[in-house]
Amino acid sequence: MSDQIKPDELINKIDYSPGSGNWMDTTPSVQIQPGMYCYAAKAESVETLGLPNARPWNPLDEDWHLPENWQEIIFNGIKERLERFRTFKIFMDVCVRCGACADKCHFFLGTGDPKNMPVLRAELLRSVYRNDFTTAGKILAKIPGGSRLAGARPMTLDVLKEWWYYFFQCTECRRCSVFCPYGIDTAEITIMAREIFNLIGLNIDWIATPVSNCFKTGNHLGIQPHAFKDMLDFFVEDLEEITGVNCAPQYQKKGADILFITPSGDVFADPGTYTCQGYLILFKYLKEKYGLDVTWSTYASEGGNFGFFTSHETMKRLNAKMYAEAKRLGVKWILGGECGHMWRVIHQYMDTMNGPADFLEVPMNPITGTIFENARSTKMVHITEFTADLIKHGKLELDKGRNGNRIMTFHDSCNTSRGMGLLDEPRYVIQNVCDNFFEMPPNTIREQTFCCGSGSGLNAGENMELRMAGALPRANAVKYVHEKFGVNTLGTICAIDRAALSTLCEYWVPEVEVYGIHELVGNALILPGEKNRTQDLRMEPLPGCEEDE
Amino acid sequence: MNQKYLIPLTTVFLLFLVAYTGVEGAGLQWFFGIVFPYLAVFAFLAGFVIKVMGWASSAVPFRIPTTCGQQKSLPWIKQNCIDNPDTSTGVFIRMVLEIFLFRSLFRNTKAAFNRNVSNKLAYSWEIFLWLGALAFHYSFLVVLLRHFRFFTSPVPSCLKWLEYFDGIVQLGLPGLFVSGVVLLAATLFLLARRIFDTKVTYISQAADYFPLFLIIGIAATGIAMRYFTKVDIMGIKTLTMGLATFSPVIPEGVGGLFYAHVFMVSVLFAYFPASKLMHMGGIFLSPTRNMANNTRAKRHVNPWNYDVKTHTYAEYEDHFRDKMIEAGLPVDKKE
Repeated sequence: MSDQIKPDELINKIDYSPGSGNWMDTTPSVQIQPGMYCYAAKAESVETLGLPNARPWNPLDEDWHLPENWQEIIFNGIKERLERFRTFKIFMDVCVRCGACADKCHFFLGTGDPKNMPVLRAELLRSVYRNDFTTAGKILAKIPGGSRLAGARPMTLDVLKEWWYYFFQCTECRRCSVFCPYGIDTAEITIMAREIFNLIGLNIDWIATPVSNCFKTGNHLGIQPHAFKDMLDFFVEDLEEITGVNCAPQYQKKGADILFITPSGDVFADPGTYTCQGYLILFKYLKEKYGLDVTWSTYASEGGNFGFFTSHETMKRLNAKMYAEAKRLGVKWILGGECGHMWRVIHQYMDTMNGPADFLEVPMNPITGTIFENARSTKMVHITEFTADLIKHGKLELDKGRNGNRIMTFHDSCNTSRGMGLLDEPRYVIQNVCDNFFEMPPNTIREQTFCCGSGSGLNAGENMELRMAGALPRANAVKYVHEKFGVNTLGTICAIDRAALSTLCEYWVPEVEVYGIHELVGNALILPGEKNRTQDLRMEPLPGCEEDE
Repeated sequence: MNQKYLIPLTTVFLLFLVAYTGVEGAGLQWFFGIVFPYLAVFAFLAGFVIKVMGWASSAVPFRIPTTCGQQKSLPWIKQNCIDNPDTSTGVFIRMVLEIFLFRSLFRNTKAAFNRNVSNKLAYSWEIFLWLGALAFHYSFLVVLLRHFRFFTSPVPSCLKWLEYFDGIVQLGLPGLFVSGVVLLAATLFLLARRIFDTKVTYISQAADYFPLFLIIGIAATGIAMRYFTKVDIMGIKTLTMGLATFSPVIPEGVGGLFYAHVFMVSVLFAYFPASKLMHMGGIFLSPTRNMANNTRAKRHVNPWNYDVKTHTYAEYEDHFRDKMIEAGLPVDKKE
């Protein structure tokens, strides 16, 4: 990141007091800054899903090559969504601009840009809503200066560009929604804005291309079936070297007990790959000890869903693979790996979109007899719920000492905390596989957790300044526990976090490493017939084995 | 100066003057005392109902509560039944706390960036907005309820009790009502926030200042009438009872100040449904607060769910069959 802005420079740019005057006046001068935006979607990726207005375009250009009637498309797009989503309609009407959300957004805290205050982000859209859809706005528009008085403005190209810039500076983390007295959820407004962008072909490539890949090859990274198997084979080789046990997984096995789906990032990128190896160890252990039959699928090889950042329809199209594959294979239920937005989609959308999953059984852990009541209808269980249940019933043999050199803290992922409430399950697992655990300050964890700054499809390379600015509040809390308790490990249950937090730590707190929770489980779990382990999954010496190296 | 608040301020002054001079100069008591109040109440009721019906007519396709605590999962993990409810009882309690105690606002924090060696971001509990909001809403409610004594005869005992408690400080003659003072003070605090907190100034619209100035005007004229100028209270009651019984009369001897007060209240009523004040109705319907977090346990139905084009396994296998066979992956159709 040598050509990137330095941490000190970034901090010096922050100023939380906005200028005076009317924010609408600055709209024409909004410049799309390098380092703060993502590249435009490639035409071919947009075409794969048959979405409109596929063409090459560049956000920095004057001309975005929009369809002739783009304003009409946007007007109708808003109108349709106001009817389809009560959230959208209410959130357009009831905001009192109390300002409680203003300093809750990580992008505001990291950039000081007043248009990153959640209320103002929403006002960007609300101002057009007031102009086109409210009686007061329409009446006031008839007197000179009346629109301005109503806080309304017509849809112009400048407004569209400002929308595009700022709705791709929101990671849909919902932190503002926790503090809003009416529960106004900026994520919901951003979701609508991005749906509307997709009606006129204004997606970013970091979302559109993974979506296209996922549709065609089954996963965001476009890993083809044989390559997917190759990659897991590498892990199996490494694991055999580390543990002396062959942990080879099964693929597309009809009649298996459980279908396992995790984000493809875990197969592809460090440090997620170590988490993936943790899953392989766990499934091998359960197979050997208890005969549990878990299968992977190369067709449904993506837990994540960048369709969620495109439109509800695209989300549904990608998500459909999970139930389709579970049905085809005839498994009993589905187990999901560590991921953030994947779990928001599964928890709050999947059953509604693609259910009912009446071909599956109510999830029961055959080893402990626990029925996962909270997943009775959707029939998909989070792996930390599953592992926590196994540990609670004493079904796993764990050697905590192997994680003895890990001084942990835990980052709650936005989606699992504020769109689900999965807070204590991962903590329980951590505390059973590792002795040293310290929480970050209370205003930065659990439902008040800060985003990594790279969620909702913004973890590209070209917008690094934006990502690192958005990462500041999280990094600041990590730095605090690093300095106070010597924390050297940041645990997380999200694939995007594993990638994004690694970059975050490298930038802001280089002494801290990022671990998935099941990597720690993999280290601690004592496999039947394993050799005397001297290395952890990263092939670094285990505590007490340093001299042997 | 900032036209965002100068225009609303001027407007409220003009409203006052229009009614005052309209009555004192032009003798339009019948308009400001009878016609406009009826129209305003009608606009309020109709507008409120239309707005809420409009929200209710929009679908709720997904169950997407914002979860603010531990979910219900394994039996031995303690659930936060209020901030992450999975039952309608939990949702009810969450909503009651939200509506009556502004629970989300109670969480409010203030972020500060300490620019020094450690560059620490610190978050402190920020309770003043919550206090101000609570003081404003409850004092307004008490003031509003107290005014029902003008529309009822005989005055119900519960109103008398309310007046008794509201005047419990027993100060001055006529006795001081705490609610009026608190209402004016809280409104001034909320206004000061908008003017002096730079972030709030920046996000504020004319639509934020107008209701504040209007309520200040209403409170000030009300207080003036009760404590400082002499008004013919019997005359006023004749008028208000006339309105309540749909047999309106204009009594002699009621001055312009009263009509200005009534006019501003009427404007507030008429303005209400077209403004942000509709948060009063919206909070009941907000899907991130009024839904249970049990989507995995109980299927939610989307009324407009439609079929979409997916990429089926058969299409996938057709595309990759040779490579899959070569890699030793199972396939459905061997060719």
